[in-house]
Amino acid sequence: MGFESELINRPPEKLSIEGVSKSFQGRTQTVKALENINLQVREGEFVCLVGPSGCGKSTLLNIIAGLDFPNEGTVQADGKPVTGAGSDRLMMFQEPALFPWMDVFGNVMFGLKLKPKLSNKDRKEVAGFYLKLVGLERFRHAFIHELSGGMKQRVALARALAPNPRVLLMDEPFAALDALTREQLYGDLQEIWQKRSKTIVFVTHNVREAACLGDRVILFSPRPGKIREQFEVSLPRPRDINTVELAKHASEIKEALKHHLKPEMEAIE
Amino acid sequence: MRPWFAALIFFGVLVVLWEVAVRVGVSSSMLLPSPLEVGRYFVTSIQDRTLIDASYVTMKRLLLGYLVGLVLGLPLGLLNARFRFFGATMGLLALGLQTLPSVCWAPLALLWFGQTEAAMFFIVIMGSLWSITLAAEAGVRNVPPIYARAARTMGSKGFHTWVKVIFPASLPFVVTGMKQGWAFAWRSLMAAEIYVTILTGFGLGHLLHYGRELHAMDAVIGIMIVIIAIGLIADKILFSPLERFLHRRWGTAR
Repeated sequence: MGFESELINRPPEKLSIEGVSKSFQGRTQTVKALENINLQVREGEFVCLVGPSGCGKSTLLNIIAGLDFPNEGTVQADGKPVTGAGSDRLMMFQEPALFPWMDVFGNVMFGLKLKPKLSNKDRKEVAGFYLKLVGLERFRHAFIHELSGGMKQRVALARALAPNPRVLLMDEPFAALDALTREQLYGDLQEIWQKRSKTIVFVTHNVREAACLGDRVILFSPRPGKIREQFEVSLPRPRDINTVELAKHASEIKEALKHHLKPEMEAIE
Repeated sequence: MRPWFAALIFFGVLVVLWEVAVRVGVSSSMLLPSPLEVGRYFVTSIQDRTLIDASYVTMKRLLLGYLVGLVLGLPLGLLNARFRFFGATMGLLALGLQTLPSVCWAPLALLWFGQTEAAMFFIVIMGSLWSITLAAEAGVRNVPPIYARAARTMGSKGFHTWVKVIFPASLPFVVTGMKQGWAFAWRSLMAAEIYVTILTGFGLGHLLHYGRELHAMDAVIGIMIVIIAIGLIADKILFSPLERFLHRRWGTAR
């Protein structure tokens, strides 16, 4: 450690991914899902990972969450290496993954019950607050199968937010929803992100969605999954996905994505 | 028409057909007594308490043995599913022993425990334990992995994940296994009681056995009806509420 680095003394990045590679052993061949990924995410940043399916972006999210481990490289959260899953980096999945043996309220309480410092009264209040936030307080005693797909994903969002994670990892959470519900949730998510000052890493294959939500959009290309390009999106918040400004940004990113995928497409042909 | 009403009529018709068969003389009354004679057997055997006492002895053996089978079988199944080593060893043993008809335990139980209650319990436990173990293991293996991942990302670890997530998630499967275990326990106990003379208590199986020896067909048929009724009632009391609960939660009811 030199004199200069001591002077600079920046706080550690919220998430720091360095040289991460991951391959899966298939039945006939080894698939390289990620190759030498380097990515820094600042505290309070909203980062979107975009790319076609099979580009390893979900794998990267799993590795950040501590649900999976890289073959090479390191992941650090707040300067400490990630050794396993934990509610400080809470992951929300593409499917709601709600527990059918509990009612809606029980599901939202699950993560809260794992926080020993809260009293039971506080837990119930917090769970009630987030159910209200996603507009489902009337359904607190409903069973999971009684909800529509959009409602389930809202409960999953409330469940993910309730333990107040500093980092929220979202793996195409709105992919299965209808456009109307999705657009409403874009608004809700931006509001929650701003109000509760969270760091969000959001995986999607929808470029427009990425441009709407992200401060920064990171382009991935598949086989092996690599980061190709980064875009800053500096539109004012809250953003509406249907504005012309946003469409311009999105088409710019889409062009870049096509460009990066071109050699890939030609190789397939 | 309400289901219980339909059932009442159905069984009523069966009894009437039975009576008609006896009157027409399908078989000698030595081999097929009329419903009325069986009814008379019920009245006398309930009055002199033989049927009630035997039912009590049998139910006690069954419930206690089955309970031990559950208490041992459920954790054993979870262990088999959790640890590869257990699955490869105990899991294989459970599979092997489950294929063994449980009445085959009777000679061994007799020599080990003598003509005692312990022999009866042993046979019931061996009859139910292995199928419960296998069902619990299969139940856990059928839990969608996403549940455990969701729990882990919310900070659940190890034992907590198993008790709060994997076990409840496996319940629909496990309950099917518990029912099967119950059926096996019932069968093995009846076989054991018919086969083994026990000096400490006279169960329904013994009663059935002596009914045959004395050629009391009314008793034989009457006791069989009691055995069927106990099986039905146990299913309705023990398992139906549990299944209804699961169906309501999982939304699998018709």
